[in-house]
Amino acid sequence: MIMLKVTDLKVNYGGIEALKGISFDVRQGQIVTLIGANGAGKSTTLRAISGLVKPSDGSINFMGRDITSLNSQKIVAEGIAMVPEGRRVFANLTVKENLKIGAYLRKDKDEIEEGIKDIYRRFPRLKEREWQLAGTLSGGEQQMLAVGRAMMAKPKLLMMDEPSLGLAPLVVKDIFSIIRDLKSEGITILLIEQNANAALRCADFGFVMETGSITMTGSGQELLVNEAVKNAYLGSN
Amino acid sequence: MKKSTKNIINIVLIALMFVVLYVLEQQFGRRSMLVTVLKKGAIYALIAVSMNLLNGFTGLFSLGQAGFMLVGAYTYAVLTIPMAKRMAVYQYYDGGIINFTVPTIVGIIAAGLLAAVLAWLIGMPVLRLKSDYLAIATLGFAEIIRAIIQWDTLGPITNGSNLLKTYPTFKSVIPVFIAATICIAIIVFLINSTYGRAFKAIRDDEIAAEAMGINLFHHKQMAFVISSFFAGIGGALLAMYQGSLQANAFKSSMTYEILLIVVIGGMGSISGSVMASFLFIACSEWWLRFLDTEMMLFGGTFKVPFLRSGFRMVVFSIVIMIVVLFFRKGIMGEKELWDLYKPRKNKKVEGNKA
Repeated sequence: MIMLKVTDLKVNYGGIEALKGISFDVRQGQIVTLIGANGAGKSTTLRAISGLVKPSDGSINFMGRDITSLNSQKIVAEGIAMVPEGRRVFANLTVKENLKIGAYLRKDKDEIEEGIKDIYRRFPRLKEREWQLAGTLSGGEQQMLAVGRAMMAKPKLLMMDEPSLGLAPLVVKDIFSIIRDLKSEGITILLIEQNANAALRCADFGFVMETGSITMTGSGQELLVNEAVKNAYLGSN
Repeated sequence: MKKSTKNIINIVLIALMFVVLYVLEQQFGRRSMLVTVLKKGAIYALIAVSMNLLNGFTGLFSLGQAGFMLVGAYTYAVLTIPMAKRMAVYQYYDGGIINFTVPTIVGIIAAGLLAAVLAWLIGMPVLRLKSDYLAIATLGFAEIIRAIIQWDTLGPITNGSNLLKTYPTFKSVIPVFIAATICIAIIVFLINSTYGRAFKAIRDDEIAAEAMGINLFHHKQMAFVISSFFAGIGGALLAMYQGSLQANAFKSSMTYEILLIVVIGGMGSISGSVMASFLFIACSEWWLRFLDTEMMLFGGTFKVPFLRSGFRMVVFSIVIMIVVLFFRKGIMGEKELWDLYKPRKNKKVEGNKA
């Protein structure tokens, strides 16, 4: 089943066309990745889907509903949560407060404590640091917190913007195993990565973006062995 | 600690505070320096906490506090001057055009409400601005309010630039503390609620807060309106403390004084703001007074240098510079007094508590 359908999406930043009409689908239960170089428009795509920037043209359809013109609150409420680029945890709030903020729009307030326990089961490190200010966590822990915070919204679709950015290789491995775990629990993931190798390895489907357009599509495995992708993003050896 | 035990402790502490206040007032008298400082300190504490809600907790750098205090002070005074005294007060305006008087408590609440309504109106355009621009816009607004209140055409209501007086005031320190305690308790309650957490999230990272589904404008507006409501009440209390009221006293320097208290106490610390208010008022009104009078030592043979009227403020400024230099984040930083008494538990215990 197609969960998210983006059709001919265009975004302008002050006259510069950041997205030149892209179309792609995300199917339920899959990991879909957008890869590409800096400035290709990956982050803009996520921002447009989550309502942080207004598209100039095109449509975004989520679970059969048109969400193109909704604001970010409504989109979170629809079930799309985001792990923003650079983690962006709330540095002066405790780990627990960060998680509670993630559940801000949830109506079932009684079940939030249960949700927090769930996150702690998944990330025991966060439980150890429950009362610590988020700004004092290491980069990897902050990324876990950012994922946990997004999970607190009980999303149907989780969008992750460069989760491996600026993390040590071992930690990057952890992050990707978390992404696989989430998928096995039935969460659909739209992943943006510069680390194309790791992203394609765990993705069911991938899209390659270049200067505002999608230039290649295919399953993760197909793209991984594609010569052009290899040369441009994976390193030819 | 259970929540109910915590509440009981808080109530006991507050009751104890009022007992101490009562004893102090009986001991030293209502007009003593100590009691005067306590009165003004409590009012400033309320206003500083209201400003901290905006500047420290929501991260909105607003400099409009004096304007909202002014609105509150005038609302209170205009509404509560007894009918019999109006002719004398509004002598240049034929007794003014307001033909009714409301009870003190209604006047105080009206002061808060009018300030809040005004904040709501001003907030709509102004809160779309960020940081310094917001500060300039709110500062400008406060100046405009002051000019409007002194405007001759509004004289039948505001008495123009003439004094407002003979409105009800308080003599004892107890009612001031009751009002300030209730208001500060409400603000503390708000900050510890879901809304308070959203305010702090906006302060830390607007984009992430928006991505979590927090409506930025709605929450900023709410913080602005609530802060102004309490600034209005603080203004009404200040009018009562002063006994007479003139718009000219509410200059931007008043906002800076309060900002100073907030910074010295710690941006994002309620107890810091409260402590800093009392220290600030005590220093500026009382402890440094001796610096303003000439002093002769050794039987009148040695005149202590520098001591003359105004020198107090020089020393005061130096003290503030030292405080800011050595306590970068204010006295309390972002901590609260009650955080300091939390026993340091090991990790196991903390884990079980969740």
